[in-house]
Amino acid sequence: MITKRIIPCLDVRDGQVVKGVNFTGLREIASPVDLADYYSRAGADELVFYDITASAEGRRLFTDILTETAKKVFIPLTVGGGINSEQDFDRVLKCGADKVSVNSGAIKDPSLIGRAAKLYGDQCVVLSVDIKRVDGVFTVFSKGGRLNTGIEAIDWIKRGVDSGAGEIVVNSIDTDGVKGGFDIELLSAVCDAVSVPVIASGGAGGYDDFIKLFKALPKVDAGLAASVFHFGEINIKELKKMMKENGIEVRI
Amino acid sequence: MIALIDYGVGNLFSLKSSFSAVGYEATVTSDPEVIKKADKLILPGVGAFSDAAKKLRDSGLDKVIVNEAKNGKPLLGICLGMQMLFEKSCEYGEHDGLALIAGSVMPIADIIPRDYKIPHIGWNALIFRKKTPIFKYINEGDHVYFVHSYHAEECDEATTAVTEYGAYLTASVQSGNVYGCQFHPEKSGEVGLKILKAFTEL
Repeated sequence: MITKRIIPCLDVRDGQVVKGVNFTGLREIASPVDLADYYSRAGADELVFYDITASAEGRRLFTDILTETAKKVFIPLTVGGGINSEQDFDRVLKCGADKVSVNSGAIKDPSLIGRAAKLYGDQCVVLSVDIKRVDGVFTVFSKGGRLNTGIEAIDWIKRGVDSGAGEIVVNSIDTDGVKGGFDIELLSAVCDAVSVPVIASGGAGGYDDFIKLFKALPKVDAGLAASVFHFGEINIKELKKMMKENGIEVRI
Repeated sequence: MIALIDYGVGNLFSLKSSFSAVGYEATVTSDPEVIKKADKLILPGVGAFSDAAKKLRDSGLDKVIVNEAKNGKPLLGICLGMQMLFEKSCEYGEHDGLALIAGSVMPIADIIPRDYKIPHIGWNALIFRKKTPIFKYINEGDHVYFVHSYHAEECDEATTAVTEYGAYLTASVQSGNVYGCQFHPEKSGEVGLKILKAFTEL
């Protein structure tokens, strides 16, 4: 049987890994290349690199880091952040990325999803969506969660999948950084709406949160988190052992 | 030297890096002379079968690869590269493959339950069917990384491993010196590197 995936996310700025708490107050952690290698050995099933750099120099540093990582780490790599065009897809795929995640770039130009899927295949295009409840409605936010787009999230995700997105990363702004568990209500609505793999993000605080996620929503394919892994609050080997003991299929 | 055959389909960066990780030189090439001089060949590929098959034919490399394989040179097809080894594919119409292994490539949608997601993406366990030298360093039940919507059928003779996804999907094949992996060894961590290492030792 196919296993549930555990995915550490590395936010990279100016060549360093950072983690935002509710998307603000960034602090530096470690070398992304070393951290990626460490996670791969610890049993991570996949890695996500988010480029949160704004400058051209930072972007160059990011692609250098990506290249170095892809030379050492032999698990799937997804890259996101600043992906606005086919040229951006091309740039990161050439450095060794396997999948490319689009977020604000797809909100600005929704046809990017279909164009990229046609060029690189659906499996290569990941639609990442930052979602917050606004007056009880799941609403898409852009610009790293700062800008309310007014777009209803479930409809946006359905349209993305119809255009060719092969996987969805659902990041709940309401639960992100709070460490109180994944947003089961939101994830359940997404799983009911689409038939492509769904990756849960935002809210992991401890081992139990992953167990609860996969028990409550067997249709969720993967759990993604950053700081709980970076600060050693959750050890991936331990987590997978615990998942297995709870009857959840994992790769040990 | 291993030749990673570059016919404009897919990214060879990770494959090249994974061979260096097991201490073997791999050259990305579309030059028939380099392919003829190589000890072993890798046929990669992602995307749609018909596009890839057309690119391979247009490059003229299809004949070179078939000749080298028929002369006994070890050849490993990966993902779409494995599918190209068969006689035909039924991905959007019917298309001819290299016909190095008997069988055809069919949609997994025909055999898996309807509530299973397509593509089959993620880590799944290998169930061995036949002994094959490229698995000499790994164990049954080891997980490898898959991304595909089609798989090979009517190839029982050649099937060395399957994986379970609501049905048994063909995971790997061997016919003499011609090998194929539906999964991506270059993305399958330590297990994948062990498979590539075993291939370099053929």
